[in-house]
Amino acid sequence: MNGEELTEQETALYDRQIRVWGADAQRRLSKSHILVYGMKGTVAEFCKNIVLAGVGSVTLVDDREVTEEALSANFLILPDENLYHGKTLAEVCCDSLKEFNPMVHVSVEKGDISTFGVEFFGKFDAVVISCCSLAKKKLINQKCRKLSKRVAFYTVDCRGSCGEIFVDLKDYKYSKKKLEETVECQLEFPSFEDTISVPWKALPKRVSKLYFAMRVIEQFEDAEGRNPGETSIADLPGVLKLRKELCETNSVNESQIPDALLERLLMDTSEYPPVCAIIGGILGQEVIKAISGKGDPLKNFFFFDAMDGKGLLEDISEPKPVS
Amino acid sequence: MASQEQLSAIKRAKVLMVGAGGIGCELLKTLALSGFQDIHIIDMDTIEVSNLNRQFLFRQSHVGQSKAKVARDAVLRFRPNISITPYHANVKESRFNVDFFKEFDVVLNGLDNLDARRHVNRLCLAAGIPLVESGTTGFLGQVTVHLKGKTECYECQPKPAPKTYPVCTITSTPSKFVHCIVWAKDLLFAKLFGDKNQENDLNVHSSDTANSSEHSEDVFECRKDEDIERYGRRIYDHVFGHNIEVALSNEETWKNRNKPRPIYSKDVLPEEQTKENGNEEKGCAADDVSAMVSLSLKNPQDIWSLVENSRVFLEALRLFFLKREKDIGNLTFDKDDQLAVEFVTAAANIRASSFGIPLHSLFEAKGIAGNIVHAVATTNAIIAGLIVIEAIKVLQKDNNNYRMTYCLEHPSRKLLLMPVEPYEPNRSCYVCSETPLSLEVNTQRCKLRDFVEKIIKAKLGMNFPLIMQGASILYEVGEDLEEDMVVIYAANLEKALSELPSPVTSGSVLTVEDLQQEFSCSINIKHREEFDEEKEPDGMLLSGWVEAPVDKDNNKTIGNDESTSNALPSMETLDGDKDDEIQETSEVVEAFAGKKRKLSEVSEVTAPDPSGPSSINQNKPEKLDIDDEDDELIISDDWESFTKKKKL
Repeated sequence: MNGEELTEQETALYDRQIRVWGADAQRRLSKSHILVYGMKGTVAEFCKNIVLAGVGSVTLVDDREVTEEALSANFLILPDENLYHGKTLAEVCCDSLKEFNPMVHVSVEKGDISTFGVEFFGKFDAVVISCCSLAKKKLINQKCRKLSKRVAFYTVDCRGSCGEIFVDLKDYKYSKKKLEETVECQLEFPSFEDTISVPWKALPKRVSKLYFAMRVIEQFEDAEGRNPGETSIADLPGVLKLRKELCETNSVNESQIPDALLERLLMDTSEYPPVCAIIGGILGQEVIKAISGKGDPLKNFFFFDAMDGKGLLEDISEPKPVS
Repeated sequence: MASQEQLSAIKRAKVLMVGAGGIGCELLKTLALSGFQDIHIIDMDTIEVSNLNRQFLFRQSHVGQSKAKVARDAVLRFRPNISITPYHANVKESRFNVDFFKEFDVVLNGLDNLDARRHVNRLCLAAGIPLVESGTTGFLGQVTVHLKGKTECYECQPKPAPKTYPVCTITSTPSKFVHCIVWAKDLLFAKLFGDKNQENDLNVHSSDTANSSEHSEDVFECRKDEDIERYGRRIYDHVFGHNIEVALSNEETWKNRNKPRPIYSKDVLPEEQTKENGNEEKGCAADDVSAMVSLSLKNPQDIWSLVENSRVFLEALRLFFLKREKDIGNLTFDKDDQLAVEFVTAAANIRASSFGIPLHSLFEAKGIAGNIVHAVATTNAIIAGLIVIEAIKVLQKDNNNYRMTYCLEHPSRKLLLMPVEPYEPNRSCYVCSETPLSLEVNTQRCKLRDFVEKIIKAKLGMNFPLIMQGASILYEVGEDLEEDMVVIYAANLEKALSELPSPVTSGSVLTVEDLQQEFSCSINIKHREEFDEEKEPDGMLLSGWVEAPVDKDNNKTIGNDESTSNALPSMETLDGDKDDEIQETSEVVEAFAGKKRKLSEVSEVTAPDPSGPSSINQNKPEKLDIDDEDDELIISDDWESFTKKKKL
């Protein structure tokens, strides 16, 4: 990093966290730009975390109107119609986020994110998207990967008691402390599309059931043309049919994906605030790591289920060919 | 996710939160979003700038205001229809008694010190109310559930004692920077600016008077007509020059050590150079006075040279006498006092330089001197989410599914958030089981006062003790005592145990009670004639009470903890914030993932919490790779629980 120093104000405000990740990481953070799409509860938590951490800027994209449902797990929206009337979700959240840290520039970008060109994504160091379709996830991920500069890409979704984070850092170099010394590391991340195309059979045993269940639901919503979360228990027969197909194609046993789990994911589509806090916290930490280039990143899925309380990493990637 | 029964349990619940700091802000937000309607919150602290990076309910304009009250107002903005009752108060106040606790369905702790945690633990046990306890440090955190009779209580496991250092290491043979900090803070700073009557191990006698005890002059007294510049240089030369020469004269000490180098101000700073450049005349408020400002030193991350440190030393000392004279004599080191931090940094660095120890920046020195715990928003948010999940289980009486959860920095068996079944109560816990303690003591020599101070208060954490032998009361503290009893108890304090009206001798059984905590235990007394001054500095040996071992090689130790941590509960408006930054610490699981955690990785914090994790638990499980060196600190209280204890 160049020698630009933190200001006195920054040192005072960020004192406790500089003690965690160092002044150098704090400088990198303050120069980073983050793009966020899909302003629901989990993303609100995430935004709070990175604004407090002191990133350079946060750009919000979400042209939807504020609805009763949007209020439920999102503390960035004050439940006063006079305040949010006529504004988009991104605009309302932007107003609240600005207050958290005057040193962070928070703004709104309007428009359909899937029409934004590759160069638009090139303005950012990290892109986080939530509540969007399978096709949109793939598309934005591709655009980020086309850039010569590394743009860290994340998807995040919470359904009821379950939450999922996907991470793509492309070719990622970072440093970590190992005992006394700092070692340089390197990791290769597959794209979202490549990741979910890895044949299930090829995956190590004991991959979280949540991984498979989320893929079934994702494909179901995609095939039916639904928005994420637009499901109910009435969809169970359709989902079970899809599960059967997918399990057959992948030659895995259907018991890998229990009915009860699918039922839960279909029924409980609203966000559960404690899970938003947990997933938003983990995601915040990951983005901070990726920007500062310090510490092992998550590779490449993280799952949390409040039912068993486990917060679990899964590395889903094509097994390396034996040479 | 929330089912109908769950929602109605949440809506009916009355919840007590203790602490509105790092975890508290996140917790209050998550509780409100989750549908809780009746939340009470106690916190004695006021808001500070360094809170704002994570306590997101607070803004710059709130600095100085009550955390509990501002947090309430902030949450009501997005959940206007719920009830939040704030108390800007110390949880140890007598109004928060067992009856008060009984009003709640669950108590949630987001505390920063052992003392308050123990207190709340006892009240919850006495009231039979479930407690969800939590703590974080950096990226690490944990949440535990405590329910009387079902799971272990907060005190079932030993709690590490604050880090302490041998006196002679501090006064004569420092080998690490922290030793210099302790010297600068607890000896030099205390001597110059603190209570003159307090015992101090600093050598205060100059060579020419050392021999005649009658005229022995305290060099720290500013002489009549002595200008402050001269005074500063005299102090400098005494502590960094003269005292080092005296120490050097003891050849034995340096046989196997590197000899220190005496430093005199004239060698470092020729007379003229110390003229300040007069910036300080800008008329800043007394508590904003800064030697860095008047010397134009900007970056607190820079490591100053010996010359710069010497300038800061003299300038800070000068400013104390010039601008803050009224404070002198009653100052205690406070990490938020800029001038005090500057003085301590400079003094520690000059001493370090004398002993060939690497120098440190003000930022680092402040962290060490103030026991500052590093803290980030994300870990607090995660821990708050986990607390709410447990709290909801508690409300649904879902006893079999309680979990204690560890938030790790590095995954262990693919897990970053690791739930573990809670442990059953420790049957020999003197707090939650009725196991008697035993005390070996010289009943003819030990005064009741020593017993009260060293055992009842310091070890058993009682605030309002009542001591009985059979039916006779030996001692009691309370607000509504008869005057004649007060006189009798005061007299008893000065008596040896065996000379009390109801003599305490070998075989006596004492009952000790804290009326506020509604906690009592019995202590079997055993007379013993001699104690090893080195190993048993209290002159007493309490067993059945567990504490992680501290340095035992010395009969006297100096703690590098905040001296105020054991102070009486202060008035609301008095800086009730001594412990603030040590908040969110608790028993954390640093080494859990089988990794060593070097002090340097945690930014040289010596002991995150005067009451918190600081020394290594002796009973650590073998499978964990922990270095026993004293700086490899911070281990979970709950350590051994990982491998040794029975699961429910």
